Parts: sequence; structure tokens; C-alpha cells
Amino acid sequence: MLLIHCPYCGEDRSELEFRGAGDAHIARPTNMADISDAEFEAFFFLRQNPKGIIYERWRHIHGCGRFFNAVRDTVSDRFIKTYKAGEPKPDINAAPATDAKVETYEALEGDAR
Amino acid sequence: MQKYSIFAVVREAMRGNKGWKAQWTSPEPRKEYDVIIIGGGGHGLGAAYYLAKEHGITNVAVLEKGWIGGGNTGRNTTIIRSNYLYEESMDIYEHALKLWEGLSQDLNYNVMYSPRGVMMLSHSVHDQQSFKRHVNANRLYGIDNEWMTPEQAKAYCPPLDISKSARYPINGAALQRRGGTARHDAVAWGYARGASDRGVHIIQNCEVTGIRRGPDGAVLGVETNRGFIGAKKIGVSAAGHTSVVMNMADVRVPLQSSPLQALVSEPLKPIFPCVVMSNTVHAYISQSDKGELVIGAGTDQYNSYSQTGGIQIITHTLDAICELFPMFRRVKMMRQWGGIVDNTPDRSAIQGVTPVKNLFVNCGWGTGGFKATPGSAHLFAHLIARGEPHRLAAGLTLDRFRTGRLIDEAAAAAVAH
Ligand SMILES: Cc1cc2nc3c(=O)[nH]c(=O)nc-3n(C[C@H](O)[C@H](O)[C@H](O)COP(=O)(O)OP(=O)(O)OC[C@H]3O[C@@H](n4cnc5c(N)ncnc54)[C@H](O)[C@@H]3O)c2cc1C
Ligand SMILES: [Zn+2]
Repeated sequence: MLLIHCPYCGEDRSELEFRGAGDAHIARPTNMADISDAEFEAFFFLRQNPKGIIYERWRHIHGCGRFFNAVRDTVSDRFIKTYKAGEPKPDINAAPATDAKVETYEALEGDAR
Repeated sequence: MQKYSIFAVVREAMRGNKGWKAQWTSPEPRKEYDVIIIGGGGHGLGAAYYLAKEHGITNVAVLEKGWIGGGNTGRNTTIIRSNYLYEESMDIYEHALKLWEGLSQDLNYNVMYSPRGVMMLSHSVHDQQSFKRHVNANRLYGIDNEWMTPEQAKAYCPPLDISKSARYPINGAALQRRGGTARHDAVAWGYARGASDRGVHIIQNCEVTGIRRGPDGAVLGVETNRGFIGAKKIGVSAAGHTSVVMNMADVRVPLQSSPLQALVSEPLKPIFPCVVMSNTVHAYISQSDKGELVIGAGTDQYNSYSQTGGIQIITHTLDAICELFPMFRRVKMMRQWGGIVDNTPDRSAIQGVTPVKNLFVNCGWGTGGFKATPGSAHLFAHLIARGEPHRLAAGLTLDRFRTGRLIDEAAAAAVAH
């Protein structure tokens, strides 16, 4: 289970309080009736589905109820940053964890000891 | 190939089992193949087998980054059924079910297909209407599926509690008698053995890291941790990693990868005769021949390649199992694991050509593609050999998300299966 930092409440809370809401920073076309089928497909269905850094939306549904954005590593599931909706997409250069890195406690949590 | 039979077992028993040979060979990769399949799961290995067996294409390699069957093929709860709602789905799953029925004989390998029946519990008026709709659609299409009263359901599956006071009362069930289970590993190994025997190269610990293309855009081969390997055609069958592989050819596919979990109990004496699924309370269960209860949980709500999954997902399922079958409350769970499933927006698979010449894709089987393995593999081989889809897979194209011809099994099932 994930521990998620809500940027509005300013607290780390359990995933049970949150609802995932898919990719972040997807702009809905303002001219929906005019765009081509290919453009609609790209907007509506196609996602990056990265193995590594993902930008995604979460909603603190059993807390403040607000949507916010997060940067997470989909290999380790570790959150790199959460930020308020409307804030610009942060430039994150963190390299994704390799498979080997997430296998061991030492590799991931070594610093904590 | 060494033929397996009762005589072989007796002969080997007499000489201390010293004569068994490796089931498939592990050759060095050639410089070039007619076809490279990326992903050594049941779908990829099966496609290689049928390419060799039915299309005479034997200069084929299956590249697997880990060990064959180590992906979702070896991680799933092996439920097999074909009682889906839409014709496109019924076509391919029923094609698969027919192949399951003769697969052990065809492969000379016991895949332990066991048609013990798959029962879906109905708990509400909505369930009842939706299941009856499935039953009718299936029967009109020539696929077995029957509606049962609670009493009939209990007669078929005695552990069911059909009392009115149950936490989740059962008001009926749908049963597909030909549905059941099979042994996951044996499917991968049986196809690998049959393919290897026909000249296919099975190359494990070989991760594809790039797809090389020529000036005209057509594929030339793949970069791997063992160097470049040429290929006239490439079939991608990488399940949860399909997005990663397709990105190497600049093709975007409408997939989201997330963990799906399963768990097994300590072994018990035979107690549970069939497969029971309850979509409404989110639980499905069967008993393996080893005696373990095999229980499937749900997917996590976020994208991930971590192959783990959250604890709340499995406790949610176990809550439901304990309510449905109070007699299992004290059973200990022994192992838990996750696999990365590739879900499409309409929860139906994608099999077809791609915008890249000679690159074919088979993916999106998500939470329910084990049952499809022989059918999907068979039709994928046809697609790669002929360059166009077989009639039975014609609706599963990648471009349906552009044209709008979705196959909305998501709304029809709304549960991992
Ligand atoms: C917990 C769980 C329960 C399930 N229960 C059921 C069920 O009851 N019934 C059912 O029908 N289905 C079920 N499924 C779904 C089913 O397991 C899958 O749909 C099916 O097994 C997919 O088979 P596959 O051969 O396509 O994929 P896989 O077996 O995952 O094979 C894909 C292979 O590709 C390899 N690969 C990936 N990237 C690369 C690369 N770059 N280079 C080389 N190789 C690569 C992987 O290592 C993997 O071995 C379940 C899945 C899970 C996880
Ligand atoms: Zn909050």
C-alpha cells in the first residue's frame, strides 16, 4: 500500500484515502468537434504507460477531496514529488529504479538504517 | 523429440530415470531469423509452435528476457472459459477452448486441462439479468452456458452457502461446464518443447532493448543484451511490457500496466470441485490438484511494473472469500505474488498489424488472457505468416480505438477474470 503526501493537507496518508485518477497534464482539446479521429484517439486512449517516471493525478477522496498531481517511479512505486493541480509539470531527472534495485531492502532503504 | 507415454515412464523407471532428455534446446542465436517473437509466455511460445506446425515457418526465435513462462503465464490463476458477451470475444475464446480440449494430445504434453466447470455467482437482480443475458447470447452463438437456481448451484458445488442469512446471499448462478483450469507451466513448457522440436530457437535471458528499422520504416531486427539479431518479421507478445517494447518502434498502444495479485493456501484434501467466481464481491477461487486453494485478487489502481501490489487488495478478496465460504476462515495462506497486466480501455485484447511494416502485436489480454493462450497463439501465427488477421481475430485490431469499434467487455464483466 502506498503512502501518499497530499500537498493540500500537507500530510502523508495511506493510499486507502486516495483514488488514482490517471495521467496528469493531459489537456482536453477546446475544439473537440473539429479534431480528427487520430487526434481524439491520442487524447482519449493513448497513454505513455512508462516503465519509470510517471506524471499522474490523484484525488484525496476521503480527505480534503481535492485533485493533485504526483511524480512517481513505476518500478519502485516510490513517489518523487506531489504538487498542487495547476502547478507546472516539474522537470524530474531521477533515473528510474532498476529491477535489481527494488529487489533488496538494502538497495532501497539502506540509508534509513 | 522423445515421445512421452506410459511405456516411456515404465522404461525410465526400470533404468533409474537416466534417459530423460532436455525438453527443448538452448542454442546460440543465429544472425537472422524469418520471425522473431518477443516474449516467451504461453502466447509467444504457442505462436512459434503454430508458425512451425501449421505454416511451415521454422526459422523462428522466441526471445525471453527472463525464463519462459516467468511472466503472467506462470503467475495466473488459470481460469478457462469462453462465455464472454460479444461475438469478437466469443470467437477467440471459444476457438481457444476447442484447442484446450485437444491440447495435451496435440503437444504430447499433459497440460492438465480440467473442464471442472466455471460457476459465476449471482447476488442481485442486476447480476441475474446480466448473467441471463450472457447465457442467452452464448447459447445463441453455440457456446454452452446455463442458468442455475441456488439449489442446482449447491448440488454442483456443495461448499456453497445458499441460505438466506448468508452475508452475500446467492440468488442463482451461471455455469459453463466446459470451463475449468489447466496447468500454467505445462502450457509454456509444452509449447516450447513442440516448437523446439520443429526447429524454433528458444532463447532465454535475452532482453530486447531496441527495434531496428530500415529506411522504408520496415523492421530489420532487434537489439538485445546478446547483440543485434536480424528479423524479417517481428511479433510482440510481451504482456505487461508491451508499451515498453512498442515504444522502441515508436508505436503507442492504448495500454495501462498494473499489478494483479493471486495467492494460494496450504494444501487441503479435495474439497472444492469447480471454479467459483463472484464478480460482485470480487473473489474467485478453485483448488489445484496439489490441494492448494488458488485465489485471485484485483488490480491496483495505479500503473506499476513492480510485480507486487498492495496488501489492501488481497485482504479485500480474502474478506469476500471468508464471507462466501466461512469454512475457509482458518486456512493459512502460503504464498502471494503479482504479475503486471496490460489492460486496454475496453478490456478486450489487441491482435493485429501495426503502423510499422512487418511488426505485429498481440497484447491487452490483461487480467484474462491465459484462457485464450492456444487460440490467441494460433491466430497470431496466422497473422504473422499471412500478414493479415484470421477471420476469428479480425475485430481485435489496434485501430479500433481510432474507428470507435470497441469491444466493450469492460462493461460486460467489470472484474478481473
Ligand atoms: C495474478 C494473475 C491472475 C490471472 N488469472 C487469470 C485467469 O484466471 N484466467 C485467465 O485467463 N487469465 C488470467 N490472468 C491473465 C493471464 O495470466 C495473461 O493474460 C496471460 O498469461 C498472458 O500471457 P502472455 O504469454 O501474453 O504473457 P506473459 O506470460 O507475461 O509473457 C510475456 C513475456 O514477455 C517477456 N518480455 C517482456 N519484455 C521483454 C523484452 N523486452 N524482451 C524479451 N522478453 C520480454 C516477459 O518476461 C514475459 O515472460 C491472470 C494474470 C495474473 C497476473
Ligand atoms: Zn488532502
